[in-house]
Amino acid sequence: MGEDFRKGVLVRQPFKRLSDDEVSAIDRASLMILEETGIVCFNEQAADIFRRHSCQVERNDQQSFQIKIPASVLRDALLSAPSRVKLGARDPRNSLILDAEVPRIYFGSGSETNIWLDTDFETFVNEKDQNVKRTLPVYRRERGTVARLSIAARLAEELDHLDFFIRPVNIQDEDINEENHDVNKFYASLSNITKHVQAGLTNIEKLDDVMRLAELIAGGKDALRENPIISFITCTIKSPLQMVNDATQKLIEIAQRGVPVVISSSPQGGSTAPIQEAGMVMQINAEILAGIALSQMVNPGTPVLYGSVPVRARMDNLHDMYGAPEFNQYNIDCIQMARYYKIPCYSTAGVGDTDVPGIQTTVEKFITHIPIAMAGAQYIHYAFGLLERTNIFCPVQAVLDDQHIGMIKWFLSIPHIGKNDLDEARAQIIKVMGSNQKLFVRFVRKSLREGRIYSNYPFEGENGDETVIEKARARMDQMLSKPRKGIAPEIKDEIFRTVPGLVSRLHG
Amino acid sequence: MINSELIEKIKLNIIQGRVTSDDDGFDEGYEGQPATVELIEEAVKTGVDVKAIVLNALTAGMNVVGENFENGTYLIPDMLASAEAVGAAMDILAPHLEQSGFESKGKIIMATVKGDLHDIGKNIVSIMLKGAGFNIIDLGTDVSTDNIIQAAKEHKPKFIGLSALLTTTMREMENVIRTLEKEKIRQDVKVMIGGAPTSNEFAREIGADAFCLDAFQAVSYAESAV
Repeated sequence: MGEDFRKGVLVRQPFKRLSDDEVSAIDRASLMILEETGIVCFNEQAADIFRRHSCQVERNDQQSFQIKIPASVLRDALLSAPSRVKLGARDPRNSLILDAEVPRIYFGSGSETNIWLDTDFETFVNEKDQNVKRTLPVYRRERGTVARLSIAARLAEELDHLDFFIRPVNIQDEDINEENHDVNKFYASLSNITKHVQAGLTNIEKLDDVMRLAELIAGGKDALRENPIISFITCTIKSPLQMVNDATQKLIEIAQRGVPVVISSSPQGGSTAPIQEAGMVMQINAEILAGIALSQMVNPGTPVLYGSVPVRARMDNLHDMYGAPEFNQYNIDCIQMARYYKIPCYSTAGVGDTDVPGIQTTVEKFITHIPIAMAGAQYIHYAFGLLERTNIFCPVQAVLDDQHIGMIKWFLSIPHIGKNDLDEARAQIIKVMGSNQKLFVRFVRKSLREGRIYSNYPFEGENGDETVIEKARARMDQMLSKPRKGIAPEIKDEIFRTVPGLVSRLHG
Repeated sequence: MINSELIEKIKLNIIQGRVTSDDDGFDEGYEGQPATVELIEEAVKTGVDVKAIVLNALTAGMNVVGENFENGTYLIPDMLASAEAVGAAMDILAPHLEQSGFESKGKIIMATVKGDLHDIGKNIVSIMLKGAGFNIIDLGTDVSTDNIIQAAKEHKPKFIGLSALLTTTMREMENVIRTLEKEKIRQDVKVMIGGAPTSNEFAREIGADAFCLDAFQAVSYAESAV
């Protein structure tokens, strides 16, 4: 291919939950929903676009339209959606190639949480015996700020297994409002990381400021087209089956500019979608396809990702529940549907329902990290540092997740079973069988030196879970002590001269 | 090659943990070059003083390996590779040791007790003890008490090392010790035990001389009790 890009992990035999017949059946059911029930669209421009493309459009009321999309129209629209999408990066070696027909997987961060969880340690004394002391982690909830977002991006730069950056914390500084939110969040991210940066857009009016910012960093309009260092997420759909005005407008504007965009839907099984797998997948698939169809009607060839974030409701409080087995069922089905349409899949894994790092958190994260990776989703977001569903970002947890994702990537790596590998192993067996003790231990050394053997869990210690957190915190401090990979001073000056609304403290 | 060069080369190969010429070393670039076995054979053929080989090449090499392990440069596989190289050297040197006036540190009978086939630990301990200069008589796995007693009478070892992995077979160690007492040879031999379910308490309870948590403790105990 001759291109520099991050290698992620190529999943040899992606895990399938659905048979081919079941995939076809869901496809037909989704198209039937779009053709017969249709979607409610709150954006007039989108309604016009659908009408011009032979969809049946009727006004429901002052605000909304009922759009019925014939199956043939939908299929035509999907044909122009590229199966291969490049997401660029400040350092081109960090680019990502998302190919719907190649199950190469990447992990990244998200979502826009409001709480930043700091981790410190305090020593506690046993009430019964003053000589017994334990040092334990204590957590402090802080507001998300542009300074903390900058730290998150710097940390993400150092996390080996984080392939792309979606801001994990919302910026809530007093001098940042809807007018300058977008430029500050993109600049705080881009000026601290050389990997791909993706975000939602707060204010459609600021899209061109963000584009200008990205062009300056990428080296011009053409350079940005070649190396799209940013991309967008649009939550066009409000489940069930409604296209909201604001996000739909954003999708139209982004598609007109040909920038890569995620078309995302996040129905909740049990409240905004059926809880049963068949109903959930049929509905979310219809929702995403409607959004993708619109993007292609606006600008055929717009690079899009099939943004599936199906979740399940908890029955005691109707919150999202990420650590549930159904989460995997829904999401793996969506990965298969995206592959069926030959559109790269934006999927989800690694969210904990708990509110602090620990054993339950690790279990909940692993239960989604592993199967979603095995299913071969090209782009797995939410994978680093999220706690309390998507309410909290904890940087120490992100360090732990990086370690765990590294282990998953390792286990999914391509097996070495070539002729040389077999010959070498056979020679080793023959040699050991001819020895007295019949032990292979000394033959481990070559693989050990070449880094082909997983070493011990780096955070393990004598005191259990608490030591894990302490060691992860130390690793985080070490990562953050590395020099920041900032933007060249002359480009930075140009950005601050020409892009309005940036807060001066980001110039440092 | 002059003798001192040959001894230095053997020492280097012990440190590198290379048994034969097709072995890798700890460092890159050794594959294909003569290793411990080839060099020892050459040394024997050219009449290099066996005592000098043992002391200046094998023992001196293992001292460096021990230091490298202590400071974290070497891991268990490196240590074992070097110990295996020493073991291979000692096998070649064995017929020449007596005439050179060199005395082994002593014989050790090693056995995994009756009913138990799990011998990884016992094998690692054997390699390390051999690398440390002991003469190892390895009776294998699932060894009956009678066979152990018979071997003890025949070889008159300084130590008997017993291993077991199962809670159901570890009691067999006690049987070995009681039989040694009955046969009146218990006072002539130190019994060291090891294996996952065993412990210091268990060693005390059955009257063993030492519990060894791992191969390093076994070497350390044997060297201190010689």
